[in-house]
Amino acid sequence: MAVITYREALNQAMREEMERDANIFVMGEEVGYYNGAYKVTQGLLQKFGPKRIIDAPIAELGFAGIGVGAAMVGLRPIIEFMTWNFSLVAIDQIVNAAAKMFQMSGGQYNVPMVFRGPSGPAVQVGSQHSQSFESFYANVPGLKVMMPSTAYDAKGMLKTAIREDNPVVFMEGETLYNTTWEVPDGEYLIPFGKADVKREGKHITLIAWSKMVWTCLDAAKALAADGIECEVVDVRSLRPLDVDTLATSVRKTGRCVIVEVGWPVAGFGAEVAYQMQRHCMDALDAPIERVTSDDVPMPYAKNLEIEVQPQVNDVVAAVRRALYLE
Amino acid sequence: MTTPETVRVASDAFAPPTTTTAELAPLYRQMLAIRRMEEACAKAYSNGKIGGFLHLIIGQEAVCVGAISALRPEDYVIATYREHGHAYAKGVAARPIMAELYGKKTGLVKGLGGSMHLFDKATNFLGGHGIVGGHVPLGAGAAFASKYRNDGRVTLCFFGEGASTIGGTTEGIALAALWKLPIVFICENNQYSMGTPNDRSFAVNDVSLRALAHGMARDRFDADDVIKVKRRIAEAVERARTTSEPTLIEILTYRFRGHSMSDPGLYRTKEEVEEWKRKDPLNGTREQLLALGMAETDIEALEEDVRIEIEDSVRFAEESAPADDYHSYVEKR
Repeated sequence: MAVITYREALNQAMREEMERDANIFVMGEEVGYYNGAYKVTQGLLQKFGPKRIIDAPIAELGFAGIGVGAAMVGLRPIIEFMTWNFSLVAIDQIVNAAAKMFQMSGGQYNVPMVFRGPSGPAVQVGSQHSQSFESFYANVPGLKVMMPSTAYDAKGMLKTAIREDNPVVFMEGETLYNTTWEVPDGEYLIPFGKADVKREGKHITLIAWSKMVWTCLDAAKALAADGIECEVVDVRSLRPLDVDTLATSVRKTGRCVIVEVGWPVAGFGAEVAYQMQRHCMDALDAPIERVTSDDVPMPYAKNLEIEVQPQVNDVVAAVRRALYLE
Repeated sequence: MTTPETVRVASDAFAPPTTTTAELAPLYRQMLAIRRMEEACAKAYSNGKIGGFLHLIIGQEAVCVGAISALRPEDYVIATYREHGHAYAKGVAARPIMAELYGKKTGLVKGLGGSMHLFDKATNFLGGHGIVGGHVPLGAGAAFASKYRNDGRVTLCFFGEGASTIGGTTEGIALAALWKLPIVFICENNQYSMGTPNDRSFAVNDVSLRALAHGMARDRFDADDVIKVKRRIAEAVERARTTSEPTLIEILTYRFRGHSMSDPGLYRTKEEVEEWKRKDPLNGTREQLLALGMAETDIEALEEDVRIEIEDSVRFAEESAPADDYHSYVEKR
């Protein structure tokens, strides 16, 4: 087992899959000569050449659409958004083209492609660069949505996404690229719709994805000092959602806090809360709690930015509410 | 890179192309079949048999028929929501088209798409797309794949002049020019973006000029002669196939009906519509066939054959079972 960064894990996944299948290409802004705005595509141009690692001008709508068209006729594009913030100018291609093509064509044209890039608030980059759009994309039938939290998950999940015959929205944690995790030397794949228990516990279940998994693990550590054992479940795949693994944990602990970095209204956590009450009503000992960012565009000032996003103490407070400790 | 000065523009003084009945009769038949199919659609729509939006191409048939006749079967075509004619010209039969509009199980896309979303993998027809300009990058994507695989195929990408300003069209054309993709962009300029005439849509009423900014070859001509359309598109197809150079072509045409069935077309005068109807390419083509020596009785036999084909398609649609599956095609399994 090697310890590698989340960034290296993603790079390895693309590298290995591109070696397997000549139909895979990577297209996006600065993915080639610049080696990626976040260096996720480091060295790929050197290895695979400009035919397969394609620098696109700033035209997300155009190159996302080129990806969809190429996928319709059998190529397997990986379209990198420099960040998911910029996907909004290409959302027509993701929602109206990629997600609907198989259905619209009566099952004739599938779209085997991955849209990927960093997602979620970074550090002091302001409201237009600090957003988390998984709730938008998870709403759309025809898409799959993955959000890994660790290097291990990132590699196994991206390889699965690249091999998928349908469009995948793959959102990487912008602040997770330097985090490290143990990754096996051999090949492994993590399937869609498979949540992962990141820490076992018996008193309460914390459900999260992407960077909020780390926040929950830190909260669990803090609460353990008070004798409260949290089970932390990483959703990993938002669509399809692994309701079974989540519900099994909630039925075991009887309590649930859902933590997301996105906005509260119609956030994905609300769907998870619905599923948990639907499947665990008789086992719940307290109302399900949600922790989200505040319902505001992200401010720039560092103190305000921290205040807006869920922090360890917010999660701890929600746990204590759910345990009727305050 | 090609400079704008070196870009070739075919002249509008282009001599009328010579042809033969062997070449022209099948194109006349296709145009007529599309006309009759569209008329049958209008009737079925009025009778409540077809729902949703229905955009007819009546008056513009020479564009899709002429252009697509310049292709090989393996070439791709992608079009807008006014695409029944393009699908037919690419080789899709009238039966599955009509059944699709009727929302039947036997429809081309199993009753899941309707009028705006015809697709046919067997004939390399990449669809019928409902978001204006959104499909233009998709066409560039198919052409990108052809270049990537070096498969020698060409993509024809149709759009209306009303789509020429939106981002999808602009970006699709820009990237095709940048990456030299084997594609021909065909702007079917039918003078109105829904109810808005071109002089209220464009600062410069010549969409083909936009090619100049990209060092792209361009062409611009009337759709009054199906053979002219075929020849001028063939030039661009050849350029795409042999040198992988894209072309932007604007074809001036006119829809005789409203934007859709719900549009009475009150924004244009009766005189204007009549003026264009006098130039109906169907009539012109029929006269051309007679002038080339095709017997009136042979033309009538062809027309009767079309009538039977379209009537059969309507009967087929009427008699087919309703669509019954909306779960199986959300994703490929």
